[in-house]
Amino acid sequence: MTSLTAPEETTTPPKGPDSRPPRRSRRHLFPYLIIAPAVLLELLIHIIPMATGFWMSFVELTKFFIRRWLEAPFVGLENYRIAIDLNTPVGQELLNSFLVTVGFTALVVGLSWGLGMAAAVALQRPFRGRGVFRTLFLIPYALPLYASVITWNFMLQRDTGVVNHVLVDQLGILDGAPFWLIGDNAFISVVVVAIWRMWPFAFLMFMAGLQSIPGELYEASAMDGASPLRQWRSVTLPMLAPVNQTMLLVMFLWVFNDFNTPYVLFGSAQPRAGDLISFHIYNASFLSWDFGVGSAMSVLLLLFLLAVSLVYLYFTQWKKEKSNA
Amino acid sequence: MRRRTLLSAAPLAVAGTAGLAACGSSSGSGSSPSSLTYWASNQGTSLENDKEVLTPVLERFTEETGIDVALEVIGWGDLQTRIQTAITSGQGPDVVNIGNTWGVSLQATGGLLDLGDEQFEALGGRDRYVPAALATGGAKGTDPTSIPLYGLAYGMYYNVAMLEDAGIEPPTTWEEMVEAAKALTDPEADVWGMSLAAGSYTENNHFAFINATQNGAALNTEDGKPSFTEDGVVDGILRYLDLMQKDKVVDPSNAQFDNGTKSVTAFAGGKAAMIINQNNANATIESQGMTPDQFKAIPFPAPADAVSDCASHLAGINLAIMKDSENVDGALQFLEFMTSPETQAELGKPFASLPVLVDGEPTFTEDTEQAEMFMEIYGERAEPLPLVPWEDQYETSVGQAMNTMFATIATGGTVTREDVMTAMQTAQDSIRV
Repeated sequence: MTSLTAPEETTTPPKGPDSRPPRRSRRHLFPYLIIAPAVLLELLIHIIPMATGFWMSFVELTKFFIRRWLEAPFVGLENYRIAIDLNTPVGQELLNSFLVTVGFTALVVGLSWGLGMAAAVALQRPFRGRGVFRTLFLIPYALPLYASVITWNFMLQRDTGVVNHVLVDQLGILDGAPFWLIGDNAFISVVVVAIWRMWPFAFLMFMAGLQSIPGELYEASAMDGASPLRQWRSVTLPMLAPVNQTMLLVMFLWVFNDFNTPYVLFGSAQPRAGDLISFHIYNASFLSWDFGVGSAMSVLLLLFLLAVSLVYLYFTQWKKEKSNA
Repeated sequence: MRRRTLLSAAPLAVAGTAGLAACGSSSGSGSSPSSLTYWASNQGTSLENDKEVLTPVLERFTEETGIDVALEVIGWGDLQTRIQTAITSGQGPDVVNIGNTWGVSLQATGGLLDLGDEQFEALGGRDRYVPAALATGGAKGTDPTSIPLYGLAYGMYYNVAMLEDAGIEPPTTWEEMVEAAKALTDPEADVWGMSLAAGSYTENNHFAFINATQNGAALNTEDGKPSFTEDGVVDGILRYLDLMQKDKVVDPSNAQFDNGTKSVTAFAGGKAAMIINQNNANATIESQGMTPDQFKAIPFPAPADAVSDCASHLAGINLAIMKDSENVDGALQFLEFMTSPETQAELGKPFASLPVLVDGEPTFTEDTEQAEMFMEIYGERAEPLPLVPWEDQYETSVGQAMNTMFATIATGGTVTREDVMTAMQTAQDSIRV
């Protein structure tokens, strides 16, 4: 890129006897050829579908037009009005789904972070059997998603599930067997399953980050009389800040957009308490065949996530620059 | 600098878009006049079982016509989405099975071939088909876009020994059914009078319709608008919910039963004395260990003072030709073949379906009494679900609302008549006509 603006670029080389393009021009084309496949794929996989989704949010793409979707009538912001009108069931349900997802994300990201950090710190120093623990902790992340979540579905069944068998029959903690996949408990279930899947990622990232902290820092702080908690606060946390900054954002985006966990855990019987927003939008589009409103909801979700990400990056970068200054 | 970069990328964007457009513009499934692609729904005990049943039938079709049929059996969870995608992209099969309740909704997409006089001539005429079953193929006053293939109807299955041991006669009214169920319920022994697929929105919306119809109420107005808040609809839904809530003859765990097979399992395992399932449940009940003499089926009863003795919605599977098919003639031959008396009789047994032809004979059971009973329900006591383009939205909105209400009851809450009314108002408001 910088070569395009370099001053020598303007000087024309003398023409040779053959008509081949000058060597420098050919050299200028080369970077574009290198990135062309990536640009093409980016367009096909990301830009064009996103632009299509954006366009769909402004047209009435119901079942009457899915066959001739280019002819779907333009309705301006009508789909957005329907999606966010809190006086209608569509708007109320979207708000409910949004709030459920906010609570879900806060719990899953927060607890996954805590568990990942605790496990990484616990396994920071070498001890016999550390490798076994590392492997065990990473299993949920390595398992195929469908297989693991459908197993949770079996475990959380009211009558035949192992969770109630342990809590009610064996430990006697609960009197009656509760439902875990319908009613309000469905929220607890989807949070637990999502944390089970997500915390090994935090563990993995922290584990990698901790490798780069020099042991001398801990030795020096120990000589200064720092307790393990103080070491964690004053050495580990600041040294992990770059890992933390990226990981929290990535986890937030993944968890907020989580579709697979509720889809596999609840199937077609989606409880209101577990109505996460990606699955809600899927239902709004595919069960009611209203792809216009579904797309409007998707665009709103995208704008929300974009806004949160920008604010987050602004403040984290600002903090970093301030500390550098 | 940026401008040059973007300009350089522009041809790539054009190329990419053109590529997509080229994909989208090619129609049909690549079929030629000597072949057809057929998407079948899951009617047997598994997708594999469907393939085994259909393969020799399709081979016979190839022998007779020289047209090869590429078969794909698609589960019910995916079928509707696959059809939508096929309609949107123009890339799909030539012939497809659809749930007959989707008939008008799919017709509204314009993705299915209209079957006018010319097409029906190729199929042997409209008169061949049971009129009410044919009516599910399209909105009133229009050419249908699908024809009936397999007929189904609800019946109430009961455990012969359990009723006999308790000295109970098979019920003929709703009240008798509830009394019998109460007498047979013993929560301590985990035995219940009835089992319902109370967590299945597809089943629940059928019973909202049947109970409302028994009350003389309709789910749509004369001009095709939803009318879910009519007293008869609300009372009908509450009556059905009360089987678990007030009458306590249904295990609350049934609120997690998201398909009819789970109630069949409870029934076959002796945990429930009565279930309400479509007539293709026979095969599943027997596959779970009951012999044909251990259970019987009777019509799903209406209240003694019911306005209508409706016992089922007019259930079944229809067969449609995709508008993008490049082999319409072959597809018409296939429709004619699949609804010929021979093929109907051949498939009626393994798929436990009722014949959709006016002079068809049921082959799904050797119990002639049971066969006659289901034929009577199908022919005289079954009503079609609303034949309106928003029927699919009705199934989702009302069915899901009933799932939620059953969940409320199962988890210890109470659902009042006002709650049902509010839920139906919400469902109605969510319909986009």
